[in-house]
Formats: sequence, C-alpha cells, structure tokens
Amino acid sequence: MNVNVQFTVNGQLQRLSTDPRRTLLDVLREDLGLTGTKCGCGEGQCRACTVLLDGSPVRSCLTEITEVEGRKVESIEGLGRNGRLHPVQEAFIQEGAMQCGYCVPGMIVATVGLLRRNPKPTQTQILDALNGNLCRCCGYGNILKAVQRAVRSVAPAESATSSRTGNPK
Amino acid sequence: MKTSFPELEFTEPERYELHEGPFYHFEVSRREFVQVLGAGILISVAVPSAFAQRSGRGGGTANLAQRLHLGADGMITVFTSKVEVGQGSRTQLTQAAAEELGVPVDRIRLIMADTAQGPDDGGTAGSRTTPSTVPAIRRDCAAARQLLVNTASTAFNIETKGLSVRNGLVEGLGSDRRFGYADLASEKYAQALKRDAGSGVAVTEVAQWRVLGTAVPRVGAVEIATGAHRFPSDIVRPGMLYGKVLRSPSYGAELTEIDLGPAQALPDVAAVRDGDFVGFAAPTSFAAEQARDAAAKTAKWKIAPHPSSDELYDYLRAHATSPRPRRDLRGSPDDALKTASKVLRETYHVAYIQHAPMEPRSAVAEWKEGNLTVWTGSQQPARVRQDLARSLRIPQERVRVIVPDSGGGFGGKHSGEVAVEAARLALAAKRPVSIRWSREDEFTWAYFRPAGVIDVAGGLDDKGTLVAWEHVNFNSGASAIATPYEVPNIATEFKSCDQPLRSGSYRALASTANAFARESFMDELAAASKTDPLEFRLRHLKNDRLRAVLVAAAERFGWRNEWKLNSARQSIGVGLACGTEKGSYVACCAKIQVDERAGTFKVLKVCEAFECGAIQNPGNLQAQVEGCIVMGLGGALREEIRFKDGKILNPMFSQYRVPRFKDVPEIETILVNRPDLSSVGAGETPIIGIAPAVANALFNAAQVRIRSLPIRNAALRAST
Repeated sequence: MNVNVQFTVNGQLQRLSTDPRRTLLDVLREDLGLTGTKCGCGEGQCRACTVLLDGSPVRSCLTEITEVEGRKVESIEGLGRNGRLHPVQEAFIQEGAMQCGYCVPGMIVATVGLLRRNPKPTQTQILDALNGNLCRCCGYGNILKAVQRAVRSVAPAESATSSRTGNPK
Repeated sequence: MKTSFPELEFTEPERYELHEGPFYHFEVSRREFVQVLGAGILISVAVPSAFAQRSGRGGGTANLAQRLHLGADGMITVFTSKVEVGQGSRTQLTQAAAEELGVPVDRIRLIMADTAQGPDDGGTAGSRTTPSTVPAIRRDCAAARQLLVNTASTAFNIETKGLSVRNGLVEGLGSDRRFGYADLASEKYAQALKRDAGSGVAVTEVAQWRVLGTAVPRVGAVEIATGAHRFPSDIVRPGMLYGKVLRSPSYGAELTEIDLGPAQALPDVAAVRDGDFVGFAAPTSFAAEQARDAAAKTAKWKIAPHPSSDELYDYLRAHATSPRPRRDLRGSPDDALKTASKVLRETYHVAYIQHAPMEPRSAVAEWKEGNLTVWTGSQQPARVRQDLARSLRIPQERVRVIVPDSGGGFGGKHSGEVAVEAARLALAAKRPVSIRWSREDEFTWAYFRPAGVIDVAGGLDDKGTLVAWEHVNFNSGASAIATPYEVPNIATEFKSCDQPLRSGSYRALASTANAFARESFMDELAAASKTDPLEFRLRHLKNDRLRAVLVAAAERFGWRNEWKLNSARQSIGVGLACGTEKGSYVACCAKIQVDERAGTFKVLKVCEAFECGAIQNPGNLQAQVEGCIVMGLGGALREEIRFKDGKILNPMFSQYRVPRFKDVPEIETILVNRPDLSSVGAGETPIIGIAPAVANALFNAAQVRIRSLPIRNAALRAST
C-alpha cells in the first residue's frame, strides 16, 4: 500500500516509496535524516515543525506526504547559501534568540517565509505571523528582536527599535 | 586575588522530588539477555540504594584529570555532569572555565552529562549549577592554571610571582619563550594533573573578571540556528527503529489481556509485553503506531476509580498525611491572633500545571556487547542510569547515559521513564530504538507541578502593624513558605497529601504558590488598613536585599504615581509582589487593564527587579528573568490541568493554553548586580512574583480579589 512520491527538498530531488498516511515531518526526519525540523505537538499547535512548501510556511506534522508530490520543500538545513548562514539565522544568533533552541528552527523558517512575502512587516504583522510558534522557554522578547533585526538587514534604512521588549501598547 | 566562597545563607532548597519505585517492573527473560549480550554475562542487581546520588550537590572533584583534558592542539575539554536544557548552563560553565584557565571561550569544549566521563557534579536542579558547579569548575580550572604557572616557573627557573596566563600561554617568561596548556598536555606532566584541586586554590576576584560577568553569547548557537544540533529526539544510530508504547486508558488501569498477534503480523515490527510494559518498534514511527493501535484494539483493562479536578481542593485537604509535619513556630501566633485588633483569614489555591517543554521526553537506546548506551533528555543522568540498571537488572557499570543539550526541562525532566522504555524495547528488537513521547504522553504520563491549598491568617494591631502570621500549605511544597517580613509571632506548616496526580519539581516549585498566597494576603492586609501596599511591605521588611529590589522595581515602575487607593472599579490597576528563594531576590510590579464589557483583563506592563549576587552573564540572566515572567504569566492566567475518571481532559496545546507572542506584555527588567556577593542561580526565582502582582493589580482595578490560580476571566465576570 506504499505510494511513490517525488518532490524536492532544499533543491534536491527526492523519490521515495512510503505509506501515504505518513507526514512530511516524519519523512524528513526518519527517511531523509533531516532532523533540524522538530516535532513539538503533532497537532499543528506549536509550529516547531514549520517548513516552507513552495515558499510558504506549513506545519509539516499536519502535511501528508502525498500533498507534497511535485512540490518544493525547504527546511532549516537548506536556508544557508554557499556556506553562509541566512540573514534570519544570523539575526537569531546575534540577538541570542534561543534558550533551549528546540523551537528555533521553526521560528527561523516561519520568519523566512514571512519576509519572503512581506519584506517590511509591521510589528502587528510579525506577531500575526509568529503567534502560532511556541517557545516554552518564553524567550519571545529576544526572538522578536531577532525578527526585527532580520527585517532591518533586508531594509537597513529602518530605524533602530527600542531596547524594551514585548508588545508596544 | 583570592575570593572565598562563604557559606551561603540559605539551606538546601526543598526539592519535592519524586519518591517512587521504578516506573516498570520488568521480568526480562534470561534468553533475551543472552541473545543481546552474548553468553556468560552475569545479570545482577547492582544498585544498593535508590537515592544514593540524589542530593545533587556539587561534590569535590577527585582529580583534575577527571575535570579537564588538555589537548596538544590547545583545545581544552572540560567535563561536568550538569545538563543544558535552555537555562544557559553550557555557556556559563564555559565562561567559568575560560575565566580561570585564562583562555578564550572558543578554546573550551564542554562535555556535559555523560555518565561515562567526568566528575559527578550532581543532577541539574534547584538552581544549584551557579552556586555549586561554577565554583567547582572555577576551582579546578584555577588549579590547572596554577599548575601551568608552576611548571613554567620550574622549567624556566623564573619565580611564579611575575607570571600570569593569557590566551592559554604563560606571560612573563621573556619574549622568546612560549609555554602553554598544549605543552602541559605532554606525557611528561601527566602525573601532575592527577592531583586534587585542593581547597587553597585562588580563583579570580570578581573585580578582575574578564569573561565571567560579560554577555558571552550562547555556546552552540550556530548549531541551533542551522538545525545541526542533535537534541535527544534527533539522535540516529545505525539500524535504529522507532518505538511506541501502549498507554493505559486511565490512571491506575490494569492491563488484563492483550493479543500482540495483530501487531506482530505487520511487517518489520518487534512487539514486547513485559509486565505493565507493552511496546512496539518498527522502521518508522508511523509503522510503530500502527502496530500499537492494532494491539490496543485487543487490550482489556481493569479500570480504577480516580478523583476529578473539580473536587481537587477538598480532596487534598481531606488527604493530608504529613508523616513529618514541618511546623515552624516563633512566638505565640495563636495568642497573638486572639488579641490582634484586626484578623484576616483566607484560603488560596493553585492548580496542577505541566512543564510542557518543547521537546517531549525522548530517548535512544543501544545495546552493544553487553553494554547499554542511552541518549536521553533528563536533568538527572546519574539517576536515569540507576533506573536503567535496576529496571533491567544489570550492573550500573554496563550502563552509560548521555544527555545531549535538550529541549527544555523546567524541573520536569528528573525522571527516566522514556530511557527505560527505549532500553527495554531495544532489548526486544535487538536493534537501537528511538522513542519520543507524544505531547499527550507528556501531558499525561510525565509529572506535574503539584496543586496546593494554602490557608493564611494575619493579625494587625491598632497601629496596623503585623503581629501574627500563620501559613499552612497543603500539598504544593514548603519552598519559600517562611515569610520574609518581620512578624513577632509566626506559624508555618507544610502538610503533604496523598494526591491524585504524580508530582515533582517545577521552576521554583512551591515558591510560586507560597509567594502567591503570601503576597496576595499582604495586599489584603494593606487594603484592610487602607495603606499603600508598597509602604505596608517596607514597614515590615528589614532584609536589605529584598528591600533593594522592591524599591528598585517600584521606582522604575513609577509606583507612587501609578497606585491609588481605589474604592470603586477602575479600568487600570497596578499591583506588586516580592519574595526570596534559593538565595536570590525578586520584586515585580504589574499594570493591568480591565475590559468591563467583555469581562476580561489584559496585562499591559511588567517591571521586575532581580538580584542574584554577582552577575555572571547579563545576557543570559536577562533571558532567564524575561522567560520566567512570561512562563509565570501562563500559570497565573490560564494553565491548569483538568482531569476526570483518571484521564487528563486537556492533554494538548490546543486545550492547554501556554503563553504565546501576543500574550507578552511590555517588560522592563532591572538586574541588580552585587559583585560583593556570591552568585546564585537565576532560572527559577524570577517566576514567583508575577502571579501575585497580577492578582493584586486586578484587585486594585476591579476590586475583585482572586485567590485561585489560574486567574480566570470567569472569576472577573462572576463578580460583575
């Protein structure tokens, strides 16, 4: 009852035969050895499993493997180019936007997805885009700073943000 | 340049550790062992005492060779049994080593939590890494630095007096001479490293710190940001299978019948039943789930009765056991309460909550030539090793536990169930097995922060001064049960209870509950005497360190402008709270806004001051304090485990709401640095002030007193 599936992951063509009920997350982690994408809940509530599907963030724990047939998947492992980190990865490192770090790949991939469709998001748009991503260390303040830094690295003219964290009221 | 480490002014914190027997009682067959381990292996019980290494204190190092490995390439490997679960221990311990060795941070490789190597610094709990392990590593590394200097002095016949160490090289030898740790790594000096660090080693004074005291970025950040870091659930071994465990449908249910046949009929599935344990391993986790579900359909269970969370607080009160009541008495509180001019008595409740770390319990177990290696996310690798040896009835010497930097702990990963499950399944499957608990497993079969019922009574004299205090905690623990306020007559008591859910430590554990009750009650007393709650506290507070954070937080927050004695409902309210636990001091001010029409409220702003002695890494400290505030908001506002008929009713993030980005208020933190004081841990205490500060702010605004955590909007609506 296996099916053949074909899709690209981080630019590489993958062909595999698998049970159609398996998730993209499990295939990435268990078949392709890409363990950078994490499982935090299995019900799409924490988004540690976020990957880009044709450029848009999706929850790979809710994505059946047959849904990705012929499509383009990007995971945390594929964001760097020519041995250099993606600017969003750089921003997370610069801002110390990680404690245990388990949520970080999902946060970074979600941010990359956001900046691709909206290179200059407002604070509200950032919060809307990331509110589904959980960080149980609750390092939301530094993560927001990292996202803002990434936005600035795309649009350097933007003014510096306040040193305070959290949501402006 | 000598710094002593005076006896810390607090006692070993109450840990509320799980005191329970092994999770599983296996009857591993001799035949299975012979197949996996080879013939002739003696199976024996190796562990004399269940809690032999439970204390978790940073003991002395046997010798420097256990702590340090000096590479010929100049890299220095440092060993510790502590784990990194997001609290920043890896970075802080690396800083401590770099500081004392006189090398840059990037020349240190820190090996953490591998029971096969390094000294036993205990488990990672009770904020002990900073006050115990940092000093141990500093002492050992300072001894190594001294050894380097002494050896150079002898080799070049130069007095040690003018010598120092920088960038791993001895300075002061003359421009043409080079001598560094790489030289000390040679065979010639091997014996010298086998000595004890000794107690007379001089560590670097705080004023001279170059690495400690600075915001060194998280060690390993690149691996995290690229997905390259392997968390326990990411470990892959050759030929590894994925495992799933059959869970009982409710607490206390007994498996009376199961047919493994349908599972075993599936391709490439290994199934095992051993006592209560039923597990399945397969090449994918999906296939393992299919096998488990096929077998589950044949399972018959004997269900046991179990209380419901609706009756929880009555249940706890009725099931107080207290074999050793911990009643602390000062003066005559009973008499003082009788003669006080005003007496208040109130009861507070806190719910069970879950740690819900991002990475659920995970383990990979591999048997090789009679030895078992387990990679797992646990704060107590030595205890997991004991659990494995006991459960599988093999000598501890054959068990190695490695804890890769893990996805969150918060006191919730002290146990080793998943490690035992993976090991048992790997034994049956004759292949390495990886198990990652599902979120529902974690919400059901891990342990919880205990719920509690707290009775507080206070008496004021005719001048509004506190003359009597009584504080009784049922079940949730004794941490921070003692009031920091000056009261002549005090009775405090912790009563343990026969409680319905498996409970263990949590970030700051019972301090949160006790601080919530005490600081809410202080607010009630202040309100009863129509006094500014800040003034009321300061009037009863002598402790300089606590006063300092309270004043610092109140000033930055603008308390004197913000607070008003309200007699009618307002939309905006402010509240404050303070406390001390594990040697550190915290004060928290909160501002909230009530939406009268919706019957809801929102936390607008939090201002918190925290002091934990000399700050070792201000960046990490900031992250810990902010993380505590936001995590604490979860327990304050929404988090509550509900259960009925032995089932958790909300075992998912969709049903158990934890703080998200949009829940984060404006946060201001004041990190009070005290270079003159010993550094203590900071990962726990900053959580204790937020719940009472918010509850007090709600009273200030809405004139509604909330005495139960989580604070539900429903409580606010009910009062309107």
